[in-house]
Amino acid sequence: MLESTLLSKSFGKLKALDSVSIRMEAGQAVSLVGPNGSGKTTFLKCLLGLVIPDSGDLTLNGQHILGTWDYRRHIGYMPQIGRYPDNMRVGQLFDMVKEIRRDTFKRVDDDLMRAFEVETFAHKTMRTLSGGTRQKVSACLAFLFDPDVLVLDEPTAGLDPLASEILKEKVLAEKSKGKLVLVTSHILSDLEELTTDVMYIIEGQVQFYQSIEALKSRTGEDKLNRALAQVMRKVDKGL
Amino acid sequence: MLRIVKYVLYDILQNRIVIGYTLFLLAASLGLFNLSGDPTKGLVGLLNVVLIVIPLVSIVFATIHFYNASEFIELLAAQPIRRSVIVWSEFFGLAVAMILAVLVGIGIPVVLFASGATGLTLVIVAAGLSVAFVSIALLASVMTRDKAKGIGVALLLWFYFALLYDALVLYLMFSFADYPLEKAMVAVIALNPIDLARVVVLLQMDISALMGYTGALFREFLGTGWGIGFAFAVLMLWVFVPIVVAVRVFRRKDL
Repeated sequence: MLESTLLSKSFGKLKALDSVSIRMEAGQAVSLVGPNGSGKTTFLKCLLGLVIPDSGDLTLNGQHILGTWDYRRHIGYMPQIGRYPDNMRVGQLFDMVKEIRRDTFKRVDDDLMRAFEVETFAHKTMRTLSGGTRQKVSACLAFLFDPDVLVLDEPTAGLDPLASEILKEKVLAEKSKGKLVLVTSHILSDLEELTTDVMYIIEGQVQFYQSIEALKSRTGEDKLNRALAQVMRKVDKGL
Repeated sequence: MLRIVKYVLYDILQNRIVIGYTLFLLAASLGLFNLSGDPTKGLVGLLNVVLIVIPLVSIVFATIHFYNASEFIELLAAQPIRRSVIVWSEFFGLAVAMILAVLVGIGIPVVLFASGATGLTLVIVAAGLSVAFVSIALLASVMTRDKAKGIGVALLLWFYFALLYDALVLYLMFSFADYPLEKAMVAVIALNPIDLARVVVLLQMDISALMGYTGALFREFLGTGWGIGFAFAVLMLWVFVPIVVAVRVFRRKDL
């Protein structure tokens, strides 16, 4: 479904992505794991068209997507930090995005909006919302148009436990419908719950990309955090 | 594009700085007309406010707005729309807001106290100058990543156009006083939107004493009618060239 071929991107001397070749299929939920600044977000941003790679290719459903924009109708994006114009009302933001996507979506999926009770604060301006509430708004936007690919950058950071559970349930439900989900998070227990595969990146290079089950059996550990820690130590030693 | 512009505009119009700026222009205009008694004197006083304050507020506000909207712009860029639509939407939102501030803050007092060709010219020029500096601000913002640096660049640009440029022109004239520089000076004026605005209004007012060296040259070479037309056309270039370049830069920018 999603395929990257020798995708590379440098910011000055820093190699944010170094020849990343990866293939992801519908129904997969992939965790992007790696230290800060390792290239996880850059990879997601290349997929979203926010960062323009230096070389390589990206295809979604067989279509070359670099330099085009129409493919983004298939993607829902929840950014790490959701900041919106101060005086815009929550309801207006949803109206605007619906207008932007007017001709491109099949149906509106407002499950999350109902679960988070967006109506109760739809009249408030963005300036008055707390960080967690803005995260809820971002989450609702990502799922609103029933997209085939979900890109979630640190989705549960800043959400209260209840909201976090609601969001996780939604992600699992979408995954089981055959969506492709990409998640970055530093909360490994969340990733273990949500995802089927792990892609581990250091300094722009994919160290490994395999299913969580395979990773666990390879390392003989039964928890993702332990398995990862073991592999990370090996990577550090150059094994 | 209109789908986004209206929401951007709605947000900006409720901004306290924009409301304060409009009230300031209104107070300054009413004050100047009431103090001077003579509408022409009032217009000349107002011209000086227009030439200093409008570029400053337009460039600084547009820059700060663009940086504050960076996460929102990122969200828009992840939607199925062209990148250029985003910059144009921000531009039109800012431009319309600044023009409305000028129409309310300067336009209403001018209609009340000095309605006529000169007053109308002043309002049009003030609007044109606002949009030119919004356009310059967006170009500076898309080319600079860091917010503090971007605002610094905006202030420097304002300082350069509003204050430094005249000093440089004078210095040039003194240094090359022995050469026939008149035609070159007309071209030099075109490189500064604030000078262009001044020339347009002063040519319209026909006050030779205030026109200065460059204004007099303009009239000598082009006559009043052509002078105004030429200066206004070049001012329009200052509106469109920076924003068109900004759109081109933004299309290849990493967000």
